[in-house]
Amino acid sequence: MGLAKRVIPCLDVTAGRVVKGVKFAGLRDAGDPVEIARRYDEQGADELTFLDITASSDERGLLLHIVEDVAAQVFIPLTVGGGVRTADDVRRLLNAGADKVSINTAAVQNPRLVAECTARYGSQCIVVAVDAKRVDGGAAPRWEVFTHGGRRPSGHDALEWGRRMQQLGAGEILLTSMDRDGTRKGFDLELTRAFSDALDIPVIASGGVGNLDHLVDGIIKGHADAVLAASIFHYGEYTVRQVKEHMARHGIEVRL
Amino acid sequence: MIDIAVIDYGMGNLRSVAKAIEHVAPRLGVAVTSDPRVVRDASRVVFPGQGAMPDCMREMEARGLRDAVVVSAREKPFLGICIGLQMLFERSEEGDVAGLGLLSGKVRRFHTGALFDAQGNKLKVPHMGWNEVQQTMSHPLWDGIASGSRFYFVHSYFPEPADPRIIAGCSRYPGSFACAVASGNLFAVQFHPEKSQAAGLRLLANFVAWQPERGSRAGAGRQPVADVNR
Repeated sequence: MGLAKRVIPCLDVTAGRVVKGVKFAGLRDAGDPVEIARRYDEQGADELTFLDITASSDERGLLLHIVEDVAAQVFIPLTVGGGVRTADDVRRLLNAGADKVSINTAAVQNPRLVAECTARYGSQCIVVAVDAKRVDGGAAPRWEVFTHGGRRPSGHDALEWGRRMQQLGAGEILLTSMDRDGTRKGFDLELTRAFSDALDIPVIASGGVGNLDHLVDGIIKGHADAVLAASIFHYGEYTVRQVKEHMARHGIEVRL
Repeated sequence: MIDIAVIDYGMGNLRSVAKAIEHVAPRLGVAVTSDPRVVRDASRVVFPGQGAMPDCMREMEARGLRDAVVVSAREKPFLGICIGLQMLFERSEEGDVAGLGLLSGKVRRFHTGALFDAQGNKLKVPHMGWNEVQQTMSHPLWDGIASGSRFYFVHSYFPEPADPRIIAGCSRYPGSFACAVASGNLFAVQFHPEKSQAAGLRLLANFVAWQPERGSRAGAGRQPVADVNR
């Protein structure tokens, strides 16, 4: 036995509450972030990811308080992302208690930010979030990087982009299929496998989980190192423990 | 009076370490400090580290902390974490940099692209996530923690002690590597107890309560380890 595949509940946070929507629309309230974080920790979550989907900067301070509160009570790795623009944003989140910070749009606008942050704080705490959308046509499958919550095409080929981020020192990649996010149809397994096989750093599969088999597929067929999901946990459909027991029954090594 | 000094040399985030220690020892004074005098005066010392070892060595030296670290590692309960473990050895492959030389041996890198699991899938570097730790000696810091418990790791380099008798715990990735070492009043781990939930908090609580036997010293790893066996 060796390294376990990780199960990571994701909490989308706005105005101090956890919410869940389909493709960033129709947000529903899912509860208090600290309470939810504690529950997932007790259920055996391997890490937690907080994604700040707040649009206005004046509400950003709320997230720092949430991170502080969670970090004082929950002793597993915390990743925080959403709206991270500068090395100072990264520093503030780390000081609040985040263990890793995920960078998305800002990495596309300024790739040197990734190099700067990994040099300053270490690769272990810099996650690059890649939102990828399938490009129609062509013989081989291709994906393009999107920014601004999946609304804006960047022109970057997703796989090339992933390789470049690895070169700049990213510690891992949080890979979200924009085609699948919020659909509950399962991960884009072709995308996940292409990334995981091409990169030497860990890849977290995200976007589209609707049932337990999707998570198993992400690991076995997608070759992901970790799987991230939100909605299947938030409404109590499945506990983290149920997810892990299901994965274990399919021969996947998990921390139980 | 500071009970526990967490040494801060500007590399990475020490908040998690301090918070976890405060959680298991709410009545003790915990200081995150870069002041060598505070480190010297503290009853116990935690020596964490993140990022790249050459940067860690440079920043530690720049703050005049070397002597305080070396003296503490020889004299009082001392816990190295992650790069804080690696820096105790003589040398690291990372930047081919010299460490503090308190333990004999070197720090080596996992070979990217050359590691595969039993299913033939590529193993990633950094080694990131929860891995099993097999305890290879009995030690007060393992009290109440089952051998084989999982701890959270994130690292690309691992220690290779010259004296296998100081190895207190091993993990597999996919080959076996030392992830915990013990010598006298010194204990050091490659994983992150502060991020390893119940098992990690127990290890920190054990450290806070640990009373190493007098006269046992971390003598560059050459001392017999019988005095830490119970």
